[in-house]
Amino acid sequence: MNIDCKHVWDYISDYLDDSLLPETREIVQRHLESCEICSAILDSTRNILILTADDRVFELPTGFSDRLHARLAREIAAGREGRRKPPES
Amino acid sequence: MNPADAGCQTRIEARMISAVLAGDTEQYYALIKPYERAVYRIALSFVKNESEAEDVAQEAFLKAFRDLASFRGASRFSTWLISITLNEARRRLRRQSSLHMESLDEPRDNGTRISPALLRDWREIPSEALERREVRALLEEAIDRLSPIYREVLVLRDIEEMSIEETSVALSISPSSVKVRLHRARMMLQKGLAPKLKAATSRKRRWFQ
Repeated sequence: MNIDCKHVWDYISDYLDDSLLPETREIVQRHLESCEICSAILDSTRNILILTADDRVFELPTGFSDRLHARLAREIAAGREGRRKPPES
Repeated sequence: MNPADAGCQTRIEARMISAVLAGDTEQYYALIKPYERAVYRIALSFVKNESEAEDVAQEAFLKAFRDLASFRGASRFSTWLISITLNEARRRLRRQSSLHMESLDEPRDNGTRISPALLRDWREIPSEALERREVRALLEEAIDRLSPIYREVLVLRDIEEMSIEETSVALSISPSSVKVRLHRARMMLQKGLAPKLKAATSRKRRWFQ
């Protein structure tokens, strides 16, 4: 069975996740082997997802952990204080 | 992570959680350490600037600390923490959306097929390209431009590498919705980014537009 390019595009995401049924995967695979446009779309999508997941994108700001720990320590201490001395009503 | 490692980590985390609940609050820092980056990244994918994302992240960690006693271990600690982060980020976004009119609902184009960028050849862009600020900025902007419902799925699945199942639990949507949204998010990224990345990483000098 043959399949046209537009239908192959619908399967790109599941193809990358390897979640296609074996027979569908084979049809898509056959198309990709003979279609340079669809295989470029698949390769570029995979490449972009790998780059996106890289730790260098969205780096933690300098001092993030220190500021987080300081804030938590402050709030935790305030919470304890609050439990010892219930606010006056 | 393989299942044996995940099981081991769950046991270690359960011990830390008990210690925190018993009053050893220092253990909380160790418990959350592996997730600081994930929580920040999720926050940053919702709000528009770094300082606000940091604030959302702090709020999420604080809320998780206060609610720790209600964590029953039905899901992984990371999944639970990420749901809290998503709620915090959405709350912030809703507050802003009255200003920016950014809708949290399904975008209207939902259902139409997204045509990818057609390229005849794709030369693999190595991860070293990320050393360039320009390339990182292209990626960050492309994710930024996605509607929230697509962005959240993409961030959880492709950046945080959660499974379809975990993503579905964290977002309270069905696994099939996760797949549909993920497909659209990935196609939108390819469409928006492939030509730009190709141009930015080609050796030829580009002229000013």
